[in-house]
Amino acid sequence: MSKRMNRREFLTRGGAVLAASTLPLSLVEVAFGKTDERNFTFAFISDSHITHIRGNEFVRNWDRGLVRAIAETNLLSPKPDFIMYGGDIAQLGKPEEIDHGLELLSKLNGDVHYVMGEHDYYLDLGEYWEKQLGPQWYSFDHKGVHFIVLNSILTYDDWMHKKWDSGMARMLQMARLDNPQGSPFMVGETQRQWLKDDLAKVSHDTPVVVFSHSPLQKIYKGWNFWTEDADDVQALLKPFSKVTVFYGHVHQIQYNQVDNMSFHAAMATAWPWPYPQSYAQAKSYMPKLTVQMNRADPFFERDATGWQFIDMDTGDAAMKYNLYDNQNRTVAYNDASGKPEDQRYQAAENRIPPQDHY
Amino acid sequence: MCRLLPACLAFSAVVSGLSLSVVSAAEVPLGLPPLPVPANNPQTDAKVELGDKLFHDARFSTTGEVSCSTCHDANKAFTDNLKVSKGINNLTGTRNAPTVINAAYMETQFWDGREPDLERQSTQPFINPVEMGLADHQPIIDVVQKDPEYQAMFKQVFGIAPDKISMTEVTQAIAAFERTLLSGNSAFDRYYFGGDKTAMSEQQVRGLDVFIGDGRCVSCHTIEETQALFTDSRFHNLGVGFKRIRDSVNETAAQFVMSKQQGADVDVAVLTKANMSELGRFAVSEDVTEVGAFKTPTLRNVELTQPYMHDGSLETLEDVVDFYNNGGREQPDDPIDDFQSGGIRPLDLTDQQKADLVAFLKALTSPEYTHLAKSQD
Repeated sequence: MSKRMNRREFLTRGGAVLAASTLPLSLVEVAFGKTDERNFTFAFISDSHITHIRGNEFVRNWDRGLVRAIAETNLLSPKPDFIMYGGDIAQLGKPEEIDHGLELLSKLNGDVHYVMGEHDYYLDLGEYWEKQLGPQWYSFDHKGVHFIVLNSILTYDDWMHKKWDSGMARMLQMARLDNPQGSPFMVGETQRQWLKDDLAKVSHDTPVVVFSHSPLQKIYKGWNFWTEDADDVQALLKPFSKVTVFYGHVHQIQYNQVDNMSFHAAMATAWPWPYPQSYAQAKSYMPKLTVQMNRADPFFERDATGWQFIDMDTGDAAMKYNLYDNQNRTVAYNDASGKPEDQRYQAAENRIPPQDHY
Repeated sequence: MCRLLPACLAFSAVVSGLSLSVVSAAEVPLGLPPLPVPANNPQTDAKVELGDKLFHDARFSTTGEVSCSTCHDANKAFTDNLKVSKGINNLTGTRNAPTVINAAYMETQFWDGREPDLERQSTQPFINPVEMGLADHQPIIDVVQKDPEYQAMFKQVFGIAPDKISMTEVTQAIAAFERTLLSGNSAFDRYYFGGDKTAMSEQQVRGLDVFIGDGRCVSCHTIEETQALFTDSRFHNLGVGFKRIRDSVNETAAQFVMSKQQGADVDVAVLTKANMSELGRFAVSEDVTEVGAFKTPTLRNVELTQPYMHDGSLETLEDVVDFYNNGGREQPDDPIDDFQSGGIRPLDLTDQQKADLVAFLKALTSPEYTHLAKSQD
């Protein structure tokens, strides 16, 4: 049964803010000091799931989500130094989908770095994506920060190569949640060796930023909010003073601190995921829901989707979530508590009560 | 499957920062919610009468020819039926005059919500160069302080001497008058809230179905369980007028933000600069998700308030229905605005559905204004 608030209750409920929270038309910087010339900013878009229907038809809603994020990113001033794309350009990895997504993304004013998502990968094991975008894992340095991009959505060789009689059959399995036929994501030994070699060239006081598609932490296996060898990857990152991991895949706000590593999830431009229910094939560590996001309003196609831009203050990240039909949120590292915290809603008394009138 | 949801409460704003008293639902016309009234500006008959006089006084413009009622004419359902309004010396702005009828319920005022309440709203047109053109509010104060009639009325309403009259009292009186311009009790209200199943024609009943179903209108033009304002009080980019800045949006936005930082007045900028007008709510919030977004207007008396949209670019209800049916485009093959709200999409309505929908929209006219309608359905 829906519970409604009448207008009197609503009008007398104090504390409502008139203006929506504003997103200043600027990026805050990766700051090494207030005047350091190395200060810079970047934007982060993820999970557009461009879906081919037939011929030149694509699912309009997913197209529009990406188009809008791109247009808004182009408005940012000062311009971000580059844009990260967090994976899942496509829904079923089809060349039509990847091409259409890249055509839309070509309107971004600036360099874009791409992360491989499972929806980009499992049709042809990344062949077309790689042809269009280059290596599936790589690193680069930018103004004093070392950036690493991993393909974290690989799985066991037998599952990939021997279990399915077609690429599409394999893709459709990996596109499902709660799939007993599925297989856990992993970075894998080859890439971990590459990562080890790559990190060997980086001083331990350099801020390190890692991009993966799946979380490099074990959250919920049933939906692959999970990376099987996360512990091994984390071990390689332990010696560094400041590590920040950004991931997509989960279509929701998540943040966490593990030792020296801050974790931040990106919103999707396509659709939001709710928090998973505890259906589990194996022991899982359900995410602890600390700040309830308002349930997405089904009347607003973009509600609970969004994109974000990143401020890294002395190597600590603040994720600024640009959300539609909703309050923008900032999750920033809190020096005092040593972990990322929501800037507005972490304190229980400041939270927006979840809607219950649907 | 009832899809009539209340306007989203969780993110809504209170009408003003002040505590409110409420005129109860029993005292307002059928189909309207209780009227919110600021606690510091209670309704009194004398205050309403004063506000009425101020609303119609053309001395508050540089030419002595423009009053609030010039653009909000009681004989035109409190709008002007112009594409964009004309102020002093026939100067035009960028925006279509919204009706004042039921404006008392709006959570924000103006197409871009740049003022929070009626009191604050009324301060702006006096001093906008393309509306009433005053350099500042002083000439208004001079008139009301010296005019014996105003002296007596302000004394009666606010208990203050003439030299104590300020814009606070002037705008409170105007707002009190505007809070009496409530209209419900339309054929729709009698049908939907009053239980009179004969109040709407069969075609209008079918049109209500389109409104709620395939037309998706109710997503933003909300109908609640016991009342309907036909607005969610939110801001949406439909694609109207955006072609004006399609190729220059980044420059326009950057220019606007820069001039705002240098102290430019938002009210003046958006009414005098066509490009900046199209930034919509962004001009107020500087939030990139609100580029080209404008407030959902009420649909009550919509049959009488043509032309439509923030720029008056659509002349008839049929044009509006076609515009939505094309997914926020005048022509089905026009390009779509990148910033368009997600809820707008091609609807594939049949000609019959479109005609039914237009017929339904004519069921939203209140009895006190039906004599202004061109067609008597």
